[in-house]
Amino acid sequence: MKRTLLLFGITVALQACSPPQARNTGVYLLVDTSGSYNRQITKAEQITLYALTRLQSADSIAVARIDTGSFTEKDIIAKATFDDRPSTANAQKRAFASRVEKFIDQSPAAPYTDITGGLLQAIEFLNEKHTARKEILILSDMKEELAKGYVRNIPLDFKGFDVVALNVTKLRSDNFDPRLYLTRLDEWRGKVEKGGGHWRVINDLDHLDGLL
Amino acid sequence: MSMPSLLTFTPWPAVSAAILIVVLVAALYFARNTAHQAIQAAAGALARGLRVASHSVIRSLERLAARNREVLLAAGREAKERVVEREFARVADTVRKDLAGYPDMHRRLSEAIQRIEEDQEKAAEVPPEAPGWAQAVKAVANLDARNTGAEILSDIHKSMVKAHAEAMDDYRKASSERHALLRRMMPDWRMIRQALGHVHKSVESVIGRSQTIDRHMEEYEAIVRGEDRAQSVLSSSSIVYFFISALVLAIATAGTAVNFTLIARPMAEMVGGTNFIGAYRTADIAALVIIMVEISMGLFLMESLRITRLFPVIGALSDKIRVRMVIITFLILLLMASIEAGLAYMREVLLLDEMATNALLRGDNAGSLVNTHLWITTAAQMGMGFVLPFALVFVAIPLETFVHSLRTVVGLIGIAVLQAVALGLRLLGNCARHLGGLACRLYDLPLFVPLWIEARMQDRARNGSTSASVPEETAVWKEAQT
Repeated sequence: MKRTLLLFGITVALQACSPPQARNTGVYLLVDTSGSYNRQITKAEQITLYALTRLQSADSIAVARIDTGSFTEKDIIAKATFDDRPSTANAQKRAFASRVEKFIDQSPAAPYTDITGGLLQAIEFLNEKHTARKEILILSDMKEELAKGYVRNIPLDFKGFDVVALNVTKLRSDNFDPRLYLTRLDEWRGKVEKGGGHWRVINDLDHLDGLL
Repeated sequence: MSMPSLLTFTPWPAVSAAILIVVLVAALYFARNTAHQAIQAAAGALARGLRVASHSVIRSLERLAARNREVLLAAGREAKERVVEREFARVADTVRKDLAGYPDMHRRLSEAIQRIEEDQEKAAEVPPEAPGWAQAVKAVANLDARNTGAEILSDIHKSMVKAHAEAMDDYRKASSERHALLRRMMPDWRMIRQALGHVHKSVESVIGRSQTIDRHMEEYEAIVRGEDRAQSVLSSSSIVYFFISALVLAIATAGTAVNFTLIARPMAEMVGGTNFIGAYRTADIAALVIIMVEISMGLFLMESLRITRLFPVIGALSDKIRVRMVIITFLILLLMASIEAGLAYMREVLLLDEMATNALLRGDNAGSLVNTHLWITTAAQMGMGFVLPFALVFVAIPLETFVHSLRTVVGLIGIAVLQAVALGLRLLGNCARHLGGLACRLYDLPLFVPLWIEARMQDRARNGSTSASVPEETAVWKEAQT
């Protein structure tokens, strides 16, 4: 009996002393600001607010734009890691929402769309945060247009990442030939799954229940 | 070797099969006695083993029952001792209270009785004086002188009327004094009646208590003698106490859950909402620890007040230290209750903040509306946060009953389980023995042909020996006759 109690005590003590297992979530929202998608940018606020309602203390969130060259910290519009204390976390959420709102009101249209650069930046950000769950949300038509000189045909490591393409609108050319749209999505799916990630597409923004 | 290959040792499979069956039956027949013995031995060994196991379980059952009985009687004895002790304390209180006032009451009664006696003596009616004028009037009336006698009689009459009036006045005065004396006796009588009534009440109370003590003592003696009836009464009482205390503990657990809900959220503000110990949030564990500390303080308070007796060490402390413990545990409880009230208030504030943030994030303005009656829920939460720790103090009483009755109930369950196991083992033993017999019969089933032949041969042999022995007997009979 004493031995059992001793073993139980040691187990509990070891569990208490072992490094805490991460349980937080990291969300990185990429917003396409290219000319073809700039009209849809207001939906970024809706998604951000939804994400903020779902996130808790110790979770991280960042909103970044996709423009000509997206692999840079300068494109991050707002980022936050919520405090341990719920009241402080609420204040942070309110401030974050206000920053995103300001960005949406003043966002200029970009001539090119560097989605891969944005994804690389997202992977880097979320890996630094060491979150247990990593979500990359892409609000874009998923049509990548790179400016001359930008090299983006590099393998991406999506291990442990959920990549969700939101509101993937159809281009005029897609209407002529839907295969272009389907091929575009398949290519992205292939790229993400090849990198070890999980790919999803949600076009109905009124039903984001399963998003986070 | 497969079945088809077995049937190929002759060109005709049917013949091969028939030969195989004959060989098999012959082999089984020749091995029959040995096989029967092996089956019977195995079944017998199994049955004996199971029976031994059953006996062993029954012995354990008896030991457990004896132990349970001892525990039950000891618990009953202890409980009765407490009850009798309490009754004696009550009698002592009553007697001390009444006897303390007895000399004073005795003095008052004596004084009252003395006063009554004196007043009664004074109030005795004085007989009126005998009339002294009748003979004088008669003598004066017999005088010869006419006028002189009439005058004298007239004077006498006047004097008599005057004397009568005076006597009447005196009589009235005396009566009035007597009535006054009798009236003065009334409070004394009343006082005597009240005093005697009080004495009667006290004596009746003492008699009632003594009867209760007698009853408890009879039960105590029955327990000490270890009577079966006492045991069964204690056993059924234990089961009732067990279920009642379990019910009260379940209610207390619900109260603890409510208490936990009140303080778990604000605890996240104090210790952080994202720290975990094992699989549980530190904030939840901290809230639970606070509640557990409150319950522990409640236990110590109840022990210090000698309402419960879970910790003999506390019960054995000197009165001075016990009183100090009572004060300290009460103060800690008060502090905890105040902290809980504060946390409950904080919970409401946090809830409002979260609601406002969520409303803002959802984009509706409902969150900015101020509910003017919200102070009621805030006050109710604070009140609950303050009262629940004190309510949980009383958990100690059902907990003590639960712990004490649990021993008996567990013992009874153990006895029932052991009885079932013993019965099962006995049944299995009997089954094993009968299965041995059944296995022998099943073994004989394919051997019906050789067994039938054997039976026929035995019958024939018996008939042959009988017919051979009959002529011999006849010859012996004839020899005897000759």
